[in-house]
Amino acid sequence: MNLLQELLEPTGDPDGWRAYGDDQKERVGFFTDTSVCIGCKACEVACKEWNLIPEDGRVWTGESYDHTSQLGANTWRHVAFVEQRKPLVGDGNGDGGTGLRWLMESDVCKHCTHAACLDVCPTGSLFRTEFGTVVVQQDICNGCGYCVPACPFGVLDKRHIEATTDPPPAFLGRKQDGRVWKCTLCYDRLKGGHEPACAKACPTKSIQFGPLEELRERADARLAKLEADGWNGAQLYGRDPDDGVGGFGAFFLLLDEPEVYGLPPDPVVTTRDLPEMWANMVAAAGTLLVGVAALTLLGRRG
Amino acid sequence: MSEKLHPLSGLNGKPPGTTSWSGSITEAGSEMRSYYGRPIVKEPTWTWEIPAYFFTGGLAGASAVLSTGAKLAGNEKLSKTALYVGAAADLVSPILLISDLGRPERFHHMLRVIKVTSPMNIGSWVLLVSGGASNTAAVLELLGWLKPVKLLAEGVSTLAGPLLATYTGVLVADTAIPVWHEGRHELPWIFGASAVASAGAAAAIFVPPGDAGPARRLAIAGVLAEGGLMQAMELRLGNLGEVYHEGEAGKLSWAAKGLAAAGAALLATRGRKSRTSAVVGGALVCAGEVCLRWAVYKAGFQSARDPKYVVESQRERIERDGTKATTEPGDSPASPSRGA
Repeated sequence: MNLLQELLEPTGDPDGWRAYGDDQKERVGFFTDTSVCIGCKACEVACKEWNLIPEDGRVWTGESYDHTSQLGANTWRHVAFVEQRKPLVGDGNGDGGTGLRWLMESDVCKHCTHAACLDVCPTGSLFRTEFGTVVVQQDICNGCGYCVPACPFGVLDKRHIEATTDPPPAFLGRKQDGRVWKCTLCYDRLKGGHEPACAKACPTKSIQFGPLEELRERADARLAKLEADGWNGAQLYGRDPDDGVGGFGAFFLLLDEPEVYGLPPDPVVTTRDLPEMWANMVAAAGTLLVGVAALTLLGRRG
Repeated sequence: MSEKLHPLSGLNGKPPGTTSWSGSITEAGSEMRSYYGRPIVKEPTWTWEIPAYFFTGGLAGASAVLSTGAKLAGNEKLSKTALYVGAAADLVSPILLISDLGRPERFHHMLRVIKVTSPMNIGSWVLLVSGGASNTAAVLELLGWLKPVKLLAEGVSTLAGPLLATYTGVLVADTAIPVWHEGRHELPWIFGASAVASAGAAAAIFVPPGDAGPARRLAIAGVLAEGGLMQAMELRLGNLGEVYHEGEAGKLSWAAKGLAAAGAALLATRGRKSRTSAVVGGALVCAGEVCLRWAVYKAGFQSARDPKYVVESQRERIERDGTKATTEPGDSPASPSRGA
C-alpha cells in the first residue's frame, strides 16, 4: 500500500511521509540575503572546519575572487563573485559614479521540499530529517552516484580524494572515499540546539538560519524594502512553495537572474514525471514481449 | 613554476596573468547569462561500466524472451543459444554495476529497501530476479536436472527480461540532465529496440543460418525500430538534440547508425545463405548497439557540461507556458511536439 502510494505520488509529502511523530521538529532552513554579502567566505571556512571537510587542492581561476568555483563533495558553501558594469541602485547617480557592482552570493544545498536526490537514492542513504532537511547517511551510501545528475542544482558529488574517515576495505586496493557528500545543514549542530556553522560565522547576517515560515516573512519584508529603495534586479529565489521543487528549504534573495549566479532559472524535481515514465516503460516492455514473441513464432525457421 | 589550474578553469591553456585587469567584469544584461560558463547540473560520476551494462542488460533481457519464443516454436537450438547468451550477459551485468560503485563492498545496500521512486533500486531488484532466474535455467539446462524448476525459472526470466531491457531508459531519464529527461518518452522504447536488435544479432552469430530465421528478423526489426525512435526523440528534443550531432556523442551516434544498418542489411540479404555473413552481420549489429548506448550516455554528459542547455530549455518553458513550473506533472517541460 505504501509502495502504491509512493508510486502515485513519487515526490511525497515532506511533512508527512516520514513519520517522526512526536520527534518531528519545526522545519528549518536558510535565507541567504545576497544584498548584504561582502564575500568574506567565512561561511566556506566555518563549514569546512566544523564538518571536517578535507582540502581538495588549491587553484587559481581568474574568475573574480572565486577559487572554489562550485558546490561539490568538498565544498558545501560556495561564494560566487560576479562583477558587472551596472549600478547597484537605480541609474547609479549619487552612488560614487563607478557604475560597477560586485555581486556575491553564498550558495548551498537547497534542501528541497521535493528532493530529487532523496527520491532516486537506491539505498535509502539520503533521508529527510526530523527538521525537514535532506542528509546523506555516510554509513549507508555505496557511491552509486545516482543523486549526482538527479540534483537540478548540481549540489552533490562523489568524493574522489582519499577517505579521511571510514576508508574502504584494504582488499579493494583503493583509497578514494567513493561516497557522495553534501551539506547536512549541520544536522549534528541542530540536534544540539545550535545554528549551522555558516550562519553562526556570517558577520553580516547574509546567511540567516531559522524556522522556514519565519524566514519567508523576513525575506518578503527585505525584498519590499530593496524594491522601494530602487535596487536593480532584486528577487527571491526558491521562496515559493509552489515552484518545481515545492520550494527550497534554503532560499535566496538575488540581485540578478539565477543563471548569472550559476543557478537554474526554473528547476523541476525530475521524479515529478516518474509515474508517466514508469507507465511508458511498462508499455515499452509489453510491446517488446509481444513483438519478440510474434517475430519468433511467426515466419520461417531458417 | 607551474600553477595547477582547476580543470574547469577559464584559464585552461593560458598562463595566469594574461587576462586583462577587467577580465571578470561583464556588461549587465549582456552575454553573461551563465556563471563563467560553468555547468549548472553535475555530469554523472559513472564510468564505462554503466553504458556497457546498458548493453549487456538489454541483451540479457531480450534474449530471455527470444529463448522462450524459440522454445514454443520448437526451435531448440535457437532457444538454448539465446538462453546461454542471456545468462552470460546477466552474469556480467552485476559485475559491471558493482565495479562502478564508489563503495563496491556495499553493493548489497541496493537491496536494503524497495523504493519505487528510484529506478536504480527497482532495477537492482529486476536484475536480481532476472539474472537469478536465467542463470538457474541455464545451469539446469546444462546439467539436465529438475525440469519443472527450469521451466519456472525460464518463465520468470521471460517476464522480467522486458523490464530489464527497458528500465535503463527510465534510469537515465529520471535525472536533471536535460537531454535525458526531455527524452524520457522515447528512451525506454529506444533501449528496448536496441535490446531486441542485440539479442537477435547475438543469436544469429552462434546459431546456424537454418535455425536462425527468427534471430535475424529480431535484429533487423530492432535496428529499424531504434532508427525511427531516435529520429522521433531528436525531433522532440529540438535544440537540445544537437548534442547527438556534436563531439563524442555525435561520432558515436553516426557509428551506431552505420554499423547497425550495415549489419542489418547484411543479415537481410545474405544471412540465410552464408554463415560467414550471418556472423559478420550479427557482430556489426551488436557493435552498433554498443555505440548507441554509448552515444546516449555521452550525450548526457555533453548536455550537462554546457549550462546553456539547462538555462535555455527552462527559459523556453517559462516563455511557452507563461508561468514557472510546479510539482504538478501538467506543465510539461520543453517538448515542441507536445506544445499547446
